[in-house]
Amino acid sequence: MATTEPNQVDSVTGQTTTGHEWDGIRELNTPLPRWWLWTFYACILFAIVYWVLYPAWPLVSGFSRGALAYSSRGQVAEDIQAIQAQRAQTEAGLDKASVTQIVADKKLLSLALAHGKAAFAEDCAPCHGSGGQGSKGYRNLTNEDWLWGGTLDDIQTTITHGIRADYDKDTRSSAMPAFGRDGVLKPEEIRQVASYVRTLSKLEPEAGVDVAAGKKVFADNCAVCHGDDGKGNLAMGSANLTDGLQLYGGDFKDLIQTITYARNSTMPAWGARLDPVTIKSLAVYVHSLGAGQ
Amino acid sequence: MIQSEIVGDQEVYDDSPLYAAATKIYPQKVEGTFRRLKWALLIVCLGIYYFLPFVRWDRGPNEPHQAVLVDLAHSRFYFFFIELWPQEVYYFTGLLILASLALFLSNALFGRVWCGYFCFQTVWTDLFMWVERLVEGDRRDRIKLDAAPWDANKIAKRAAKHGIWVLIAWWTGGVWVLYFADAPTLVRDLATFQASLVAYVWIGILTFTTYYLAGHMREQVCLYMCPWPRIQAALTDVDALNVTYRRDRGEPRMSLKEASKERAAGQPAGDCIDCYQCVAVCPTGVDIRKGSQLGCIQCGLCIDACDTVMKKVNRPTRLISYDTDENIKRRQRGEAPVYRIVRSRTILYVVVIAIVGALMLYQLTTRQHMGLSVLHVRAPMFTTARDGAVRNGYTLRFSNKSNETHKFAIEIGGIKGAVAKSEETDTLPDGRLMVSVDPDSTQEIELYVTAPLSSATNAGAPIVVKATDLQDGETVSVSDHFFGP
Repeated sequence: MATTEPNQVDSVTGQTTTGHEWDGIRELNTPLPRWWLWTFYACILFAIVYWVLYPAWPLVSGFSRGALAYSSRGQVAEDIQAIQAQRAQTEAGLDKASVTQIVADKKLLSLALAHGKAAFAEDCAPCHGSGGQGSKGYRNLTNEDWLWGGTLDDIQTTITHGIRADYDKDTRSSAMPAFGRDGVLKPEEIRQVASYVRTLSKLEPEAGVDVAAGKKVFADNCAVCHGDDGKGNLAMGSANLTDGLQLYGGDFKDLIQTITYARNSTMPAWGARLDPVTIKSLAVYVHSLGAGQ
Repeated sequence: MIQSEIVGDQEVYDDSPLYAAATKIYPQKVEGTFRRLKWALLIVCLGIYYFLPFVRWDRGPNEPHQAVLVDLAHSRFYFFFIELWPQEVYYFTGLLILASLALFLSNALFGRVWCGYFCFQTVWTDLFMWVERLVEGDRRDRIKLDAAPWDANKIAKRAAKHGIWVLIAWWTGGVWVLYFADAPTLVRDLATFQASLVAYVWIGILTFTTYYLAGHMREQVCLYMCPWPRIQAALTDVDALNVTYRRDRGEPRMSLKEASKERAAGQPAGDCIDCYQCVAVCPTGVDIRKGSQLGCIQCGLCIDACDTVMKKVNRPTRLISYDTDENIKRRQRGEAPVYRIVRSRTILYVVVIAIVGALMLYQLTTRQHMGLSVLHVRAPMFTTARDGAVRNGYTLRFSNKSNETHKFAIEIGGIKGAVAKSEETDTLPDGRLMVSVDPDSTQEIELYVTAPLSSATNAGAPIVVKATDLQDGETVSVSDHFFGP
């Protein structure tokens, strides 16, 4: 318990105490040094100078800007400008070289990969995932299941012109018919061909579905694009159905949905939105993710 | 405002204002063993500080030639033969541990010997006091000068003193920045006003702090700002040697005349003649005869002052000496004093210092000039290839701390049928992948390892990545996991 008695004198030091006592211990009433007070005033002065120079006070609309007109956003803009000026020099080499030349030159490659990785995170990762792992309907860029080719040039073309990007005349375009919705195939035929397609990837066919009939349906309707052996065709962007790596899923249900309604998702044509160096860097980066050809 | 009040039967004054002006201290000149020791240490310490940046050290081409250099722009620290990278910051941790242990040991042996002899506040204050004495004279002259009106003499002396102080402070700040850039170049740049603004700003800051702390704040720093006296008080023990007034010998204190009278009459008389020389020379203004206290930095100048007086009055010296309170009590009981330098506490500190020092030395001497770290690519954890094989990605970071290009061969171990590939490597004739790392830099590559499905497990099979330096055969291995469905 703290008790308060006024002005007692500590017998050892001869100094007065604050009058507070805690369990028999009394606090000496030692004054602070005067310079401490001056330091306090100096801090107040500093604060006033700060108010004048820097943004400080909230106002009805906005805030006081300060005499130096400093803003952290402005500083970031300056930094970005500086880094862009620096990049313009280091990336001049990327501008001149083709994607194949970039990969052949270790210095250019390392620049392109760094640039490509950053651009991928910004522009591609929302669909293809942070590491290009994709998800159902969005290509997993780390496996070999390329629909339009996995060479550097193929990838560069795909990025530049997109897929089914109708505003780009050179866009990659393929359109699988909606066999079910458009009444080309009956539901049972779709079940049969879906079951057969599973066997192409050495997956279990659906029980109680006639696979032999499915094979016939496939030969009549699908082989024209996907090939007799189901290995697809890069030139027309038809999927390889034998590798178990289906863009829209390889389950029986997934296959039925794909055959019934078709999928035909799109990818933007980045040629209109990104500069050539960024597109080349992206092509090099995507090619480096393990499945490049 | 002073208030008085009657409490019980005594009148009590509350003489404690909220804020009190510091009492100015006029330390008197003193000569003797400890003063000489302090001068010697001052010259050594300041000599190291002022001239170390100019010491050259040949590290070969493309490397700085400065023995001690903190290269912030390139994130490197150079100390003679040692070059540290940012990721080796643990050496500084070790150094700080060693420094604090050394401080604890010095405290267990000689109390606040750091404060009295080595602390930069003490050393620069000593230098500034020396300048003050040189310009304004000794204690009495300075007291007189302070009280004197502002005439030409006082103005001249004050101007000279502050001028020299500012010069020393400016040079101190100037040397500070030399540790962060090539010293001769920076000196030239500074002199021709070509150096960066940040260099001038730092010089300004350190000029101000040196001038203000060593010239004006002095003992106030020790009394109010420094944490060490507080920590020290909690760390000390009864066997630590402290600057101690031997009250067993000194009391009862009395004038020389009275003492001889008392002694002639066979009465006890102390050796202390109450001349206040110990107080006059004290740089923090304490009276050591009151015992161990916060303000005492244990510089030993009062020992010198007292010894001088004791010699004059033909009494034995070291009435004030490095001693312990326990020894005073022993002498009062008629026992011999005991000095326990070797005791469990000091042994413990020495052992811990030896262990930490040995660990750091081992680390430093066996440190490789190459480094390798591995990070498993997380997205995706693995990829199933067209033929059913499994592929995992790894980010490898090579560091080459030498000043020439090194080539490293990469091998994969622990995974059956594993094949590695990367776009950022070359292939050696024997099929191994090879990466080339520029001098004094790091190189990051993505490595893709493909193995049959049977080699992969969902929980991750252990995989080892080994890098061999093709020049000197030095190897380094890192472990990670190989994941599958």
